[in-house]
Amino acid sequence: MSEKRMLFTKDHEWVLVEGTIARIGITEYAQNELGDVVFVDLPTVGDTVEEGEGFAVVESVKAVSDVYAPVGGTVVKVNEELESSPELINESPFDQGWIAEIEIAEGTQLDDLMNAEEYKAFIKEA
Amino acid sequence: MTSKTGVPLLFEISSPGRRGYRLPELDVPEVPVDELIPTEYLRQQEAELPEVSELEVVRHFTQLSRLNHGVDVDFYPLGSCTMKYNPRVNEDMASLPGFTAIHPYQPEETVQGALELMYNLGTYLAELSGLHSATLQPAAGAHGELTGLWIIKAYHEANGEGHRNEIIVPDSAHGTNPASAMMANYKVVEVPSDERGGVDVAALRKLVGPKTAGLMLTNPNTLGLFDENICAIAEIVHEAGGLLYYDGANANALMGIVKPGHTGFDVVHYNLHKTFSTPHGGGGPGSGPIVVSEQLAPFLPWPVVAKEDGRYVLKRPEKSIGRVKSFYGHFSVLVRAYAYIRSHGAEGLRQVSEAAVVNANYLMHHLKSLYHLPYDRHCKHEFVLSGKLQKEQHGVRTLDIAKRLLDYGVHAPTIYFPLNVDEALMIEPTETETKETLDAFIAAMRRIAEEAENDPESLKSAPHYTPVRRLDEARAARQPILRWKKE
Repeated sequence: MSEKRMLFTKDHEWVLVEGTIARIGITEYAQNELGDVVFVDLPTVGDTVEEGEGFAVVESVKAVSDVYAPVGGTVVKVNEELESSPELINESPFDQGWIAEIEIAEGTQLDDLMNAEEYKAFIKEA
Repeated sequence: MTSKTGVPLLFEISSPGRRGYRLPELDVPEVPVDELIPTEYLRQQEAELPEVSELEVVRHFTQLSRLNHGVDVDFYPLGSCTMKYNPRVNEDMASLPGFTAIHPYQPEETVQGALELMYNLGTYLAELSGLHSATLQPAAGAHGELTGLWIIKAYHEANGEGHRNEIIVPDSAHGTNPASAMMANYKVVEVPSDERGGVDVAALRKLVGPKTAGLMLTNPNTLGLFDENICAIAEIVHEAGGLLYYDGANANALMGIVKPGHTGFDVVHYNLHKTFSTPHGGGGPGSGPIVVSEQLAPFLPWPVVAKEDGRYVLKRPEKSIGRVKSFYGHFSVLVRAYAYIRSHGAEGLRQVSEAAVVNANYLMHHLKSLYHLPYDRHCKHEFVLSGKLQKEQHGVRTLDIAKRLLDYGVHAPTIYFPLNVDEALMIEPTETETKETLDAFIAAMRRIAEEAENDPESLKSAPHYTPVRRLDEARAARQPILRWKKE
């Protein structure tokens, strides 16, 4: 399970780092809180994003929420499947519901992100 | 496609050749339509309109109207935030021919009465807000926000401070605040709430600086809580060179009690359709006048009504940002708000706010033993409960509670807003509800809390007694059926 290797933010995004590429999505907890996702506004390939910047938008029946970039860098790939099937975020948040891949900017620290265990404890508190 | 409400669509009852109205015989020579209008603009096929009698149309819309729930039917805890009760006298006044039979192009001297009404209304709003002068043009609250921000921007630019490009917005703000700031080309900076639900003053102190153009604040905020630190907040923003914008969405709590201008605000908007009982909530149109301090008055949109030698004239303020709406705003809505203010008087408006606040606190007091109350302190005109106990203990969510309320003949309150409360239920009864109605609402909420405990499944499938049951909201958003299509 790649979930074990994922890192997490306090805003409920997950990151899976492979070399210099970070794949990003929102967590099971986040999708459950949002309810049925009806629209995803994806970033554009080539966009530069700063850490903490809202770089995608997820709209559910309840609310419209920004997805914040857990790492800074350049968007190299987006999950176009979400355009026609936004429900993938509900059905498979950690796998088919990934949102974008970012080429991580040099010198980026991942120290502020939580590991799976820390994140689990974090949502229990919330 | 068949309507699920049990009321057939007009297209379904259509019968070829049936007519609701027939024109009399022509008494002038008939001219073929293609001699009057170029053929490229003429349709090639007959329009496929439903063919029905007058009575069928009347019955159709009357039946549909009986499926509606509104403030004229029963309790409606969305409150002034959506629309409070519109006293009928407002409608009487707005339908006077002196108001309905005038035209915006008439010369000023022939519409002195209409100008006087606008002048007085602006003066009353200035009095209520503790500020200097008003524009009545903005078409709704968010439009007022945008206008206010443009004025703030013009003011900074006139002072050689056009580099101020940040607007600070609390995390509990209405979504329109950051949206308006973005529209006005500002960068939005979010300030968190403190544990009492107000602006985190220490965090604000760190956020302000030479880039701060202003702060937008709703007070009382969306939790229905009055920000006790407002004077300190104003001082911090002003010292940094920024201005304070008051979002008037919750002004129903403060009329005649607190003047926003006296707590440091420089720009105030009022939603006439919220606070001053003009129609809204799908009926509209809205109206969002703004009132500004003396230093901002030269930047107001033009025209503004001024009084010179006993006559009312239209003027262009010296550094006006321009027009924000054609003509004078939604004039007939202004008449309704004026009628509301005049029929209540200063003392009456204060009583409106007092009753709104007492009603909300009465509900909050009785409901807090049944539902989690995240901020347990006196509220103003509204308060926010959380359905988190029901969710954690019985798997019942706020959506289920809201749906079940429909079965008890009550419109659901705002849910899942504000975003900083988990499973939020925002309840605003307004000043016009009787104690009996409030007690009936408390009883319904109590029964629902019991059902969550004893029969959670029935809540999850609610509503059970409405014309349509639980709707598939995701499908409605993804694949909306917006019009009838021939099969």
